[in-house]
Amino acid sequence: MINVSKLKKGIVLDHITAGHGYKLFKQLHLDELEDVVVLMKNVDSGKLGKKDLIKIETDMPLDLTVIGLIEPGITISYIENGECTRKLKLRLPEKVDGILTCKNPRCISNVERLENITFYLVDAEKKEYACEYCEARTKL
Amino acid sequence: MSEFRNLIDPSDFSVDELYGLIADAQAIISSPDDFKHTADGKILASLFYEPSTRTKFSFDAAMLRLGGQVIGFSDPTTSSTAKGETIADSAKTVSQYADIIVVRHPKEGTAKLMSKYADCPVINAGDGGHQHPTQTLTDLLTIMNCKGRLDNLTVGVCGDLKFGRTIHSLVTCLSRFENIKFVFISPEELSMPGYVKETIAKRNIEFTETSDLESSIPKLDILYMSRVQRERFVSEEEYLRLKDVFILTADKMKLAKPDMIVMHPLPRVNEIATEVDSDPRAKYFEQVRYGMFIRMALIKKLLNL
Repeated sequence: MINVSKLKKGIVLDHITAGHGYKLFKQLHLDELEDVVVLMKNVDSGKLGKKDLIKIETDMPLDLTVIGLIEPGITISYIENGECTRKLKLRLPEKVDGILTCKNPRCISNVERLENITFYLVDAEKKEYACEYCEARTKL
Repeated sequence: MSEFRNLIDPSDFSVDELYGLIADAQAIISSPDDFKHTADGKILASLFYEPSTRTKFSFDAAMLRLGGQVIGFSDPTTSSTAKGETIADSAKTVSQYADIIVVRHPKEGTAKLMSKYADCPVINAGDGGHQHPTQTLTDLLTIMNCKGRLDNLTVGVCGDLKFGRTIHSLVTCLSRFENIKFVFISPEELSMPGYVKETIAKRNIEFTETSDLESSIPKLDILYMSRVQRERFVSEEEYLRLKDVFILTADKMKLAKPDMIVMHPLPRVNEIATEVDSDPRAKYFEQVRYGMFIRMALIKKLLNL
């Protein structure tokens, strides 16, 4: 059993699906941080069986839209003086700007090479978003 | 963000606004002379990036009958697009000349994109296989004028339900009215897409699916026929096998209610036998005429006239 000490100040990303931790680590550019960052894989979890977990020993702005898209079930805890001061449970964002691209080859966004396309959540269960232009659905 | 009202999707208008638009169109039908100077001095830009004689003529005629004028093109090779101008720049430029833009484009979502950049209202006259909202408005006016109501109706839609954008728009729009029931009549290969069925199911709208036109006809108030389009099929054999499956004939019309109406967005190929044309319940040519009147009402509304 590997023990990682409690955070005094920072952020804990918990309940990450086992195997997704590294993807999130890369997406959030945590490899570029100079502070202590711990990525734990396949930790025992009562809720998930196995889970991944990330501890960051600093307070930094997080792109909640990106995190919500990759890991909608994640819990984010903000730690101050060793105590949790704020806990966020994420879910899929209702609206996503400039991250997704439309896969419909007949969509004008692919002809005009548009950037910053907005997608709207249309089915949270199926993780489906609709393009603002052609309404074609994209599955995450 | 656009400060104008546009028509990109039929759901851009509330049910009350749809009733208001229909009432306006009916006023124009009963007294067209009262509206012949309504749009004096106004210019409509008609931007047709793909050919569509019927829709273009309908919009042009609508604007001319309101006293306005029309500029535009029906061949994109003669426009700045041929020089590589973006849709966004075209929208911005054209809206400096015109008071309202009508656009048809083969790519889905083009009208929405134009509406973001134009300095005037934009009407979607068809964006690929996506939306064709003024056809839906035309259908609503036809139903209102022929049946006297937009609620409490059993509506059969027949033919290519998979790719027929006019049918998707109409079904989604009608499902916003009270007590509508649908019968979807198609071969399994061309059945109604799941997302349309999900939308109407969420509104608690009753619908059945069948491949039997004949047994469905007696219960219908409206039969909306559609064309089985050759270009939608991967193989010629598949097209030939399915195109004649659902043909409406005078014999089948004998099974229908005396006040059932037959509609069709036109053009037809052979899905309605010409012998049906003389049946007073055949409304598809009247539908074309209503299309012009509802477009007059729409232009009037979007220009606040």
